[in-house]
Amino acid sequence: MKPKHQRLALAGAAVAALGIAAALALPALQDQAAYFYAPADVVAKGVAPGQAIRLGGLVEKGSLTRSADGLTIHFRVTDRLESVPVDYTGIVPDLFREGQGMIADGRFDADGTFKAETLLAKHDEKYMPPEVAKAVEKAEAAAKARPEKPTP
Amino acid sequence: MIPEIGHAALWLAAGLALAQALAGFRADGGRIAVPAALLQGVLCAVAFAALTWAFVKSDFSVALVAGNSHTAKPELYKWTGVWANHEGSMLLWAAVLAVFGALAAIRAKGLGERFRTVMLSAQGFIALGFYAYLLIASNPFARIVPAPIEGSGMNPLLQDPGLAFHPPLLYIGYVGLSVTFSFAVAALLLNRVTPEWARAVKPWVLGAWSFLTAGITLGSFWAYYELGWGGWWFWDPVENASLMPWLAATALFHSVGVLAARGALKNWTLLLAVVAFSLSMVGTFIVRSGLLTSVHAFAVDPERGIFLLVLLAIYVGGALTLYALRAGTVTAGTPFRPVSREGGLVVNNLILSAVLGVVFLGTLYPLFLEAATGEQVSVGPPYFQTALLPLLLPLVAVMAAGPLMRWRAMDWAGLGRRLVPALVLGIAAIGIALALGMRSPLALAGVALSAWLAAASVMIFRGRKLKRVRRIPASVWGTALAHLGIAVTTLGIAVSGAGTIETLANLAPGGRLSAGPYTAQVDDIMPAAGPNYTAIRAMLSVTGPDATIVLAPERRTFVNPGNETTETDIWPRLTGNLYAVLGPGDGSGRWQVRLVWQPMIALIWIGGMMAAFGGLISMMQGRRRREDME
Repeated sequence: MKPKHQRLALAGAAVAALGIAAALALPALQDQAAYFYAPADVVAKGVAPGQAIRLGGLVEKGSLTRSADGLTIHFRVTDRLESVPVDYTGIVPDLFREGQGMIADGRFDADGTFKAETLLAKHDEKYMPPEVAKAVEKAEAAAKARPEKPTP
Repeated sequence: MIPEIGHAALWLAAGLALAQALAGFRADGGRIAVPAALLQGVLCAVAFAALTWAFVKSDFSVALVAGNSHTAKPELYKWTGVWANHEGSMLLWAAVLAVFGALAAIRAKGLGERFRTVMLSAQGFIALGFYAYLLIASNPFARIVPAPIEGSGMNPLLQDPGLAFHPPLLYIGYVGLSVTFSFAVAALLLNRVTPEWARAVKPWVLGAWSFLTAGITLGSFWAYYELGWGGWWFWDPVENASLMPWLAATALFHSVGVLAARGALKNWTLLLAVVAFSLSMVGTFIVRSGLLTSVHAFAVDPERGIFLLVLLAIYVGGALTLYALRAGTVTAGTPFRPVSREGGLVVNNLILSAVLGVVFLGTLYPLFLEAATGEQVSVGPPYFQTALLPLLLPLVAVMAAGPLMRWRAMDWAGLGRRLVPALVLGIAAIGIALALGMRSPLALAGVALSAWLAAASVMIFRGRKLKRVRRIPASVWGTALAHLGIAVTTLGIAVSGAGTIETLANLAPGGRLSAGPYTAQVDDIMPAAGPNYTAIRAMLSVTGPDATIVLAPERRTFVNPGNETTETDIWPRLTGNLYAVLGPGDGSGRWQVRLVWQPMIALIWIGGMMAAFGGLISMMQGRRRREDME
């Protein structure tokens, strides 16, 4: 094979590899990427039951309860505008507390309860997940713009 | 006084970096560049020592120490606390860069004076950017007045030996790739893309790769025992940030091997060298900007991310432009046949590039999407698993064949004969796994591939006489050990993935739970104390078919800063790990206890360390020795 042909063949193989990567990645991205929703987004846009999403906000004060077996917790997550109920079975992260920021990956069930599969809380005292910070900011701005609606 | 010395050393180093960068434009620049590179190594060591002094002596008049340390912190973490924060870790980055620059000045003589000067000039440009970043946006030596009496402490999650040594290893890997990058820039400018160039650059790539491998392995192990989730890889942006340069470096040292031995794949190797270090900087940007939500995310200042992004754009953009302009002038490489060692390594590089593309897209898609549409999205393990499995399985399969192929040309039949033992062992492994009750097709494929690769890795030694074992080149030992390591890791992933058994129970003392062949009984739940924390400790007596032991997981409450951590307790053996976690109590005397049986999971990290050592052994290959041409 001449060097020039070899170069063409190698370039062709590289393009093919890129194509294979794209063919694997793009459909997977479409199916598996979880969109972030704050409680206000959930209420406004609606989320189909069973769709994998990421839900973030603050754990509403006074909402945290535990089921009788001690393994499942129930709480509401809020962006100070709306709130939605969440269930989680397992050991909660270390800094999971009422009033603190958290992010959960999971799906809504048919009754509108969010079944969290993984729960992320803060990693250190100062940290607030950026999505949560943004959602709370947005919700507070929206609440200010509509003073007639009492903030929860 | 001492922090000021450190600060001044950093300014001086920045000045020298400027001189070193400009020296490349002068014909006799070597007289400036070489001493400048050596002195920078010394000055950065001084700056780093000064910051270390401030941490060890708890000098709280230094803002960084006050914000991240505490007198009651255990001694080890006063030393390692230097880099367990943003500014300190960037200083470590710059210090490693300067030391590598000095080493490159000493070692890179073989390609001529002019080459060394231009290479050091490129290195100087990189260093200059990072000094600017440190001095302008992240000064580690800034003082605060008045100095607080006590510091605010270090995040307890970071107070761990595993994490103490994870960043330096990773940084040596990241920054080691800067030398390869500078070598590539100099080769492009001077038109020196030759086998000699490849032989000179190969030890740097292998060294960087080995440290990256060790750093990633250690980081994975830390996440496994410290986060308390029992997983070993979460496809988290911060983890992917280290995986991407690793994938590029893996492709790079394989293609450098082709260039060194056969003078082929010139343009491709140069591109990989540029891409590998670019991804190191992308990784630093992802970790340090805090723009992506991650299980590893700590409080960071996004403004600094912009500075890093600008640096990234300058270096990556500049290098890629240079590449685009100059790649056409690189002479065509030596042709080769598709079925040959060269061809095998091309397949390796193509698959690795595809893997890299998939990881890159998944990691950065959330950033792109948010920038374009404002929508926030997270891409997690399901994406990576779906998209990567069809690539990783063939990658491990062809990995076995590569080292058994001859340079230049190889017939299929000859390759087939060399692979017979691997095939036999692979099939036997499926039989054994089935007999032991494994049913998952994916896990069976993993076990078979692992045996196939392990056997082929040993076959690398075929035809070599035991009497002459001392004459086997280091690169052959290194290849065999590294490939065997990947086989060991694959086995660990397959077996632990299929065989993990997990139970969770809410138990009072006296309660029991079991996972796999083991049953644990809660004997007691009691308070305990450490140097800077108090803890609740569960005493679990574990009985199994082969032994009886006690596991004692804890929940620790730290002061300064206030934080809680879950301390897992693990009974690690080659056959499997028993992993115990204590969750929160429910206030009525019962506590959540999680027990996980993970067969052979330790092999994942053992294999990783084997691969890292394999890389180091290959790096030791004397330069005089010819490549193993068979």
